[in-house]
Amino acid sequence: MSGAEFEPRIIGFLCNWCSYAGADLAGVSRLKYPANIRIIRVMCSGRVEPAFVLKAFAEGADGVLISGCHPGDCHYLEGNHKAAARARMMERLLAQFGVEPQRFRLAWASANEGEKFAGIVKEMVEAIRPLGPFRRPFARMDDLARLETEARKDAEPAAGGETGA
Amino acid sequence: MPEIRVGVYICHCGSNIADKVKVAEVCDFAATLPGVAVARDYQYMCADPGQELIRRDIQERGVNRVVVASCSPRMHEPTFRKVLESVGLNGYYFEMANIREHVSWVTEDPVAATRKAKALVAGAVGRVELHEPLEERYTVMNKTTLVVGGGIAGIEAALKIAASGNSVWLVEKEPSIGGNMAKLDKTFPTLDCSACILTPKMVSVAQSENIKLLTYAEVVKVDGCVGNFQVTIKKKARSVDLAKCTGCGICTSKCVVKVPSEFDGGLAMRKAIYTPFPQAVPNKPAIDREHCRQFVVGKCGVCQKLCPAGAVDYDQVDEDVTETFGAIIVATGYQQMDPSVGPQWGYGRHENVLTALQFERLVNASGPTGGKVKMKNGETPKAIAILHCVGSRDVNYHESCSRFCCMYGLKLAHLAKEKMGGEVYNFYIDLRCFGKGYEEFYNRVLDEGVHFIRGKGAEVITDRDGRLAVRVEDTLLGRWREVPVDMAVLSAAAEPRADAERVAQVLGIQRSRDGFFLEAHPKLEPLKTATDGVFIAGCCQGPKDIPDSVAQGAGAAAEALSLVTAGKVKISPVIAGVNEERCSGCKVCVPLCPYTAIAYDEEKKICRVNEAVCKGCGTCVASCPSGALSVKHFTNQQIFRQIEEVAAV
Repeated sequence: MSGAEFEPRIIGFLCNWCSYAGADLAGVSRLKYPANIRIIRVMCSGRVEPAFVLKAFAEGADGVLISGCHPGDCHYLEGNHKAAARARMMERLLAQFGVEPQRFRLAWASANEGEKFAGIVKEMVEAIRPLGPFRRPFARMDDLARLETEARKDAEPAAGGETGA
Repeated sequence: MPEIRVGVYICHCGSNIADKVKVAEVCDFAATLPGVAVARDYQYMCADPGQELIRRDIQERGVNRVVVASCSPRMHEPTFRKVLESVGLNGYYFEMANIREHVSWVTEDPVAATRKAKALVAGAVGRVELHEPLEERYTVMNKTTLVVGGGIAGIEAALKIAASGNSVWLVEKEPSIGGNMAKLDKTFPTLDCSACILTPKMVSVAQSENIKLLTYAEVVKVDGCVGNFQVTIKKKARSVDLAKCTGCGICTSKCVVKVPSEFDGGLAMRKAIYTPFPQAVPNKPAIDREHCRQFVVGKCGVCQKLCPAGAVDYDQVDEDVTETFGAIIVATGYQQMDPSVGPQWGYGRHENVLTALQFERLVNASGPTGGKVKMKNGETPKAIAILHCVGSRDVNYHESCSRFCCMYGLKLAHLAKEKMGGEVYNFYIDLRCFGKGYEEFYNRVLDEGVHFIRGKGAEVITDRDGRLAVRVEDTLLGRWREVPVDMAVLSAAAEPRADAERVAQVLGIQRSRDGFFLEAHPKLEPLKTATDGVFIAGCCQGPKDIPDSVAQGAGAAAEALSLVTAGKVKISPVIAGVNEERCSGCKVCVPLCPYTAIAYDEEKKICRVNEAVCKGCGTCVASCPSGALSVKHFTNQQIFRQIEEVAAV
């Protein structure tokens, strides 16, 4: 492994109508982007459960992408809004787990944005590469216990300070 | 349950896949995956012999799950499902791995491409083992089609559908149908009078028993899906009762308010109660409430007093009409770019700089000057410039070519020459005379003595006497020139209508980068959109000349009729369902459903999905805290397995 550049493995959940079609267009247009992404098709970005994201990380993904139609363009009216709300929640959750923010991304890509899609993949790969492989913090019980203790330690004086003020 | 035997088929797609992905290696890898009974690679899986391979393995080797690794499922998933069904296997025991669009075409390195292809194949094999047989559902097809937009494309579509004996509604935003074509004087290259060929079709629309025409109306909401679109149309208050009005025109002649006419591009005035042009259909007026004195100052009432039929009704209000349609054809057209966005062209700054559509009105016998080419001061110009590509083929405005301007530039040059003599200059980048008889027309205009200067008109300036001049880099002479003229005509770009974004959102249409509506496939599905049952025709998809718009209108009618006449339409079995044992009745899912397909059962204290309304997006499933909801073909187990497999390679 030494010397060879780290190649992150990214799992992408793409909605059937916009982003999957956008990824198809990137192909039809012969745009080259890193082969690090494994695309899983869902009908709507609103289908992507937080559990899919956690599962992907647990299975060894170094990054997870959710991509759907632009707000207002959702094939199912507003599934992408739900995806966006969940993504905000996921970002906070993952941060608490100690997952670097570069490893998770929600991005809109329409059916004609092949170039944008290719760009998103490139950006993600470049952002994740310096981080190295994902460590699966929440998969190990001892890690979880340690994090919990740390979190409690962090929270206590702060909470005390606030009530005192 | 019988043993699962997966057949995996890796397609070369000629050299499209095989040049980058080591197909044999992927095939060998697939053979090692659990559950795989047969793994093969073949030149073209979608071709008959490729399909036959699958059929034979199902029949002779007991294959009962199929994975094809080839192109995008958006292309050939239905093809392969049919193959399975043709030998009695459920079509949903199938999964595709997209190793062309998502692998071979986007990857430089063959090793990385091969590995990625293996990962996607592993994901598909893992997933297909968990597939369940699904039955296609059918819904009754509503027989009425909705056409949105009453320009030539929409008119043609409506007439064709009506001629087949089926019913159609035509909705037009303006008080009359006719669109941009109604404004044109002559049409290239044959020089037919535009109104003479258009108005008979407009009249046919009004006379057809199968067409319900709604003018001054807009589509504001679309619910449902193919076969059963519930459409809300807002009929704007016309202030004239169409049933009573006889179209006598007394109201218009007596109205005291004058407003620049949109139809004449502001070159003439119209009244506040008006029909946009003499051949309007319906030939009955509407009141422009923004300018009418009765509405602006609250008193006038002249038209109401004088109307012999008692048709003027100031109290009319906007009215929503809701109707169910089987299919929808969108033909909302284009608009000409406002050239004042580029001050270099002088539009709005100098007198006698006109847009091409304004010049059309000027040379039109029923236009503001009775067809005489006149400047603002009433004199006949001695020299006219026609500037091509104003805002087209220009990354600062529109990168694309507007397609029909070269030809109407030639046509206007011919008409100007014919009507006023004098000198006519065309400033062009290239002349794109692509259609039947177009090159011949160009030669004819050349012979008539029209000047052609190869160079984009860079600037329209005025000298001290107020005379115009066009600055141009003549690329044939290799130097800058200033060509003095009396009038400049701007072939301004054809662009998406200002409300294209709103229309696209209401109808669920995607747009391409240039803002025009996006077709389902650029070559083979030019009239379909990503939404089943919604078709596009004419310039709303991109600039087109009249013959192409007419052809698309007729084509879209054929698309709609092929659905309508089938009587029923297939809808996806991919829908959500509730496991009643698990549902806790928390109702989290109920407000999440954009189609209100989920209802709470008070008696059993659980939620239920209305299968007829559900479209299978799965948003509810992702939110269910008790795991009671699932969506067919995209179950958690299936996706989890796919994640496991693609992450493992």
